[in-house]
Amino acid sequence: MNDNVSTLLNFLPQLWEGVQTTIILTVAGSIGAVLIALVLGLTMTSPSAWLRIPARIVVEFFRGTSLLVQLFWLFYVLPLLGVDFDPMACGVAALALNYGAYSAEVVRSSIKTVAPGQWEAAIALSLSPTRRMIRVIFPQAWALMIPSLATLLIQLLKGTAVVSFITLSDLTDKTEQLRQSTGDTMFAYSISLLIYFALAWLVQEFMNFLERRATKALGRRRPNSRTDRREAKRAARADAARQDRLKSHVAAGEGADRSKGPFPGQGGGL
Amino acid sequence: MPPTDHTPANSSTPGAGTPAIEFKDVEKSFGPTTVLKDLNFTVAPGERVTLIGPSGSGKTTILRLVMTLEELTGGYIFVDGQPLTHEDRGGKRVELPKKRTREMTTRIGMVFQQFNLFPNMTVLENIIEAPVHVLGKSKAEATKEAKELLERVGLADKADAHPTRLSGGQQQRVAIARALAMNPEILLLDEVTSALDPELVGDVLGVLRDIAETTDITMLLVTHEMQFARDVSHRVMMFDGGQVLEEGPPDQIFNNPQHERTRKFLSSVL
Repeated sequence: MNDNVSTLLNFLPQLWEGVQTTIILTVAGSIGAVLIALVLGLTMTSPSAWLRIPARIVVEFFRGTSLLVQLFWLFYVLPLLGVDFDPMACGVAALALNYGAYSAEVVRSSIKTVAPGQWEAAIALSLSPTRRMIRVIFPQAWALMIPSLATLLIQLLKGTAVVSFITLSDLTDKTEQLRQSTGDTMFAYSISLLIYFALAWLVQEFMNFLERRATKALGRRRPNSRTDRREAKRAARADAARQDRLKSHVAAGEGADRSKGPFPGQGGGL
Repeated sequence: MPPTDHTPANSSTPGAGTPAIEFKDVEKSFGPTTVLKDLNFTVAPGERVTLIGPSGSGKTTILRLVMTLEELTGGYIFVDGQPLTHEDRGGKRVELPKKRTREMTTRIGMVFQQFNLFPNMTVLENIIEAPVHVLGKSKAEATKEAKELLERVGLADKADAHPTRLSGGQQQRVAIARALAMNPEILLLDEVTSALDPELVGDVLGVLRDIAETTDITMLLVTHEMQFARDVSHRVMMFDGGQVLEEGPPDQIFNNPQHERTRKFLSSVL
């Protein structure tokens, strides 16, 4: 075990490089995926079939083919056609296209889920279709789509592992190297598991932050949000304090008028 | 308490000349179901007309057609003598460009049963959105007018509140202010008190009475508040099965209906 730890310590700079590659792929892939999702998702809500159907075909194509095959295609087939990308660009493009297609469906369905009354009110105010989308529909759809996008972005993070097949040395590739140099399979893969988990947790926290912001803008809160819990705690504390003081008053024989409540304006929470 | 005299509050007779709204051979079907057929009627400028009738008789559809929330499947609607969605070109029924229709709808405002305020904007932002971005008013001017309107509907202190924090009655009064901020010539009111708790109905009707008394906005309303309809409207139209069964001044319709069907309907709601 000590050997393992010293090997790991020596190996840390290399492991960090792998983690960096994974982070770059995740961040760039996510940005690309969200942009693609917005373009395709919005196009799929278009009233014009000439826009809607091609977008739908693109989405189904990239959802229906495997990430690994898309990656190989970009990396091994495109050069045969005279188009050469470096491995990083191929990795980011494959992740963005594949997860962008999945996310496009999330964007489309969230936009369709916004209450019909919101569309109608926007039409009644004669807002242009662009204005209607930007100011009324999208901000509400955004709050709806974040939880599903969070799931997909975590899957994207885990999906980055396939790039080790196209010569990129990411976290998974470095783990493999660590396993070979320590000879301890359990140790190396456990380290890798922990790092992926930590990264996924960061993604989730970031998405939670976005969701809090989005729901706050709509004047509501996530169910059982931190603010809710904090307020409930505060209310419970105030209540306990009130009970305590009431007791001490009673003990001191100061006949507090309970019917009016000893400390008006206190507690009550929401 | 509502006034009990049975003459319209603002009893100046609506002007003759070009009708504010004209339905010409209007037909509306949802798939195989025909809701309106060969419907012809006009509403004079400044006239306040209440549509009554059993549910499914097509009253709400009429309002939604004027607001262009439903597609007109046959015939023509004119606003101030100008075609709204379709026009006759040499005997052919041609759809107008969407932009043209949107210019026409700036003259029309609508208040909905479910208020449909935008939850991602404050009360003030809800009201100034369309005046600024559709009518091109300056933000300062729109804000000044919005505050006057809020004062008028009794919500001057709620300008910066989120709609979700308001009661139903308050939300509906904001929705009325939002519609009025566009200076509409025509106001469509679709069962605006039906979703409210009984004790909140009075405030909303009070605001509407005030508008009826102090402006000459043409109003087309669908309501179950028969006393209110009696007090503010110049004319009542009884619909049944997509047809005008009978129409006339409120006193005549409510006190001396000609049709058995009208009598039955009124005894069921009064």
